Amino acid sequence: MTPASETSQTDNILLEVKNLKKYFPIQKGLLRRTVGYVRAVDDVSLYLREGETLGLVGESGCGKTTASRCIIRLYEPTAGEIWFKSRVLSENGRPRRVNLVSLNRDEITKTREEIAMIFQDPINPLNPRMSVSDIIAEPMVIHGKYDPRHSEEVIVNLLQRVGLRPDHLRRYPHEFSGGQRQRIGIARALALNPRLVLCDEPVSALDVSIQAQTLNLLQDLQRDFNLSYIFVAHDLSVVQHISDRVAVMYVGKVVEVASSEALYQNPLHPYTEALLSSVPKADPKYRSSRIIMQGDVADPSNPPSGCYFHPRCRYAVDLCKQQAPEFRELKPDHWVSCHRAEELQLTGI
Amino acid sequence: MQTNPSPTPTAEAPAGAAPDSRETLIEVRDLKVEFNIRGGVVKAVDGLTFDIKRGQTMGIIGESGCGKSVTARAILRMIPRPGKITGGNIIYHRRRRLAGHQTAPAETNIIDLTTLDPDGETIRQIRGGEIAMIFQEPMSSLTPVYTAGTHINEAVTLHRLLPIKTLGDQMADKIMQYRHVTREEAREIAVQMLRRVGIPRPEQRVDSYPHQLSGGQRQRVMIAIALSTEPAMLIADEPTTALDVSIEAQILDIMRELQQTANMAIMFITHNLGVIASMADEIVVMYMGKQVERAKVVDLFYNPKHPYTKALLQSVPKLGPRTGQRLASIEGMVPDPLRLPTGCVFHPRCPAFMPGKCDQTIPRWVEAGPDHWARCLLYEE
Repeated sequence: MTPASETSQTDNILLEVKNLKKYFPIQKGLLRRTVGYVRAVDDVSLYLREGETLGLVGESGCGKTTASRCIIRLYEPTAGEIWFKSRVLSENGRPRRVNLVSLNRDEITKTREEIAMIFQDPINPLNPRMSVSDIIAEPMVIHGKYDPRHSEEVIVNLLQRVGLRPDHLRRYPHEFSGGQRQRIGIARALALNPRLVLCDEPVSALDVSIQAQTLNLLQDLQRDFNLSYIFVAHDLSVVQHISDRVAVMYVGKVVEVASSEALYQNPLHPYTEALLSSVPKADPKYRSSRIIMQGDVADPSNPPSGCYFHPRCRYAVDLCKQQAPEFRELKPDHWVSCHRAEELQLTGI
Repeated sequence: MQTNPSPTPTAEAPAGAAPDSRETLIEVRDLKVEFNIRGGVVKAVDGLTFDIKRGQTMGIIGESGCGKSVTARAILRMIPRPGKITGGNIIYHRRRRLAGHQTAPAETNIIDLTTLDPDGETIRQIRGGEIAMIFQEPMSSLTPVYTAGTHINEAVTLHRLLPIKTLGDQMADKIMQYRHVTREEAREIAVQMLRRVGIPRPEQRVDSYPHQLSGGQRQRVMIAIALSTEPAMLIADEPTTALDVSIEAQILDIMRELQQTANMAIMFITHNLGVIASMADEIVVMYMGKQVERAKVVDLFYNPKHPYTKALLQSVPKLGPRTGQRLASIEGMVPDPLRLPTGCVFHPRCPAFMPGKCDQTIPRWVEAGPDHWARCLLYEE
């Protein structure tokens, strides 16, 4: 059940998520009795190599944001393991694989030096009463790395690196446009030299031209600082552009993981196919042959039987209603959970 | 039938009774909208000119703050204070429909919407009744304490007229009076509308409150409300931006289908180039309140003239074999609307910037190709 087969280069793997689950209780009544669970993340297994970008796509409510927040332990996972190759918690100077789920509070704080996060909304994560230099310095202060003599220079360098000017240091968040605020958020995420950056829809609130600038910036920073990204987004073309590998989620489960090329050109899961075909192409001569998925995303507190996708799937057979498909490696490094993955001939783009 | 307080009451009967589906519905001429705020005057819309024809989809694209939504609101006279229409005309070719009465004479009145009282009787008949609008965020457009059915009924009872069952059939045509629909009829219409926009189990859903519906269903209810009055034009302001791609595809499909059956014009506002490519017949590209280019959709995507349009088209990541290349981005950012650059407003970001020309001369609106207009000095003699 682990996507990273034991034989593949385990040395290279920065993060490995095994059978991660996050259930939110539904409470009702005066006694707040738990009457059920929303299975926001239900048995997700993923891995991320160093310097790689893993795209996480799916419709809203599919659990992609919850999964990324569990990784940084903003949410306490219900079950599962998250193995991270940590340098901060090293032994004898060699990076140590630690399970983030079992770390105590001090240790998890330390690992947050290495794992940063960029949020969707560019303004709310920035404290309106702090200047840009304070915002970027804050992670350093918290982790005891702030040094009045050198840090100022580091901050200026960071600002310039993300495309802002040094004279922006003393300004406040409201003085900036959305794209600039997102750059401030990126600068802050990079303040502690992280190795893994969780990007939660970092460009979806931005305009098209600013989106392109920000994507280019993220790619440049990845190259320069050898960052690994988990890139959560719903825009499939953005994800394809930036990701090396892509995981498609549906109602809390990963239904397909593969390299970007394989997933987009030869999808193996009907959901991936339908998702790809519903993206409107920026070409007026291409106006047809879209697969319209019927109905809405399944309710994660009351999912359908068998394969969660079967009520919307055009290829569903009786087996799909009865039995949940297994998540298996059908082709090298191409994982899918569909009963009919072998026989179906699906079209990509 | 009824007189209109129109300043130009040229009752222009269409030549011949056959309804031409490509007749002009709205003519926007040199529209200017300004916001007089503390820091100065923001020209939110500056010299906009285009036509919308019946049954056609006009796309308006541009980045945030370029004046797309203000244009839509200007047509409905819903510009929030301190915004004001300071120039230009919006000519509406009004054709009173007698619902349920196919043989009714198609009488066209011409109304300049800019001269109407924004709270007056005429605009209130037009707004929501003849020109309907759907917004980006379906949750905030619906009242949480009313059911889906109530929302639709509100629109229907306000705007839709049904002929009374005639008593004496000879006399009926002459003394036909019109009354508003009754409660039962309105509910019936609501159920029908919900069914038309593809909501499952409409008889039950009509009694659902907005929070009981998913985002896609809410937007369908919005479309149902807008279409329940059988409008001549639908203004869709980023109708699918808050939705997932699978739901977006459903909604766009419904809009196209309903447009064909009702010969309705759509003014489709979006920043998503993929969506506009699949919906529009003609596109206006806006930048900082000015229209920089207007063309038929295929022309615009295959042969863009204005450097801004070109850059915009190149800056979106495209689905297809991964190139690994960087995206072509437009440098810099949208300027401060209170301190617009001199000359062409796009010149500080323009890759085709000509020093000494673009920063001094304001480009004119010229025909850069057959039925292809642009505002750029490259196309001026």
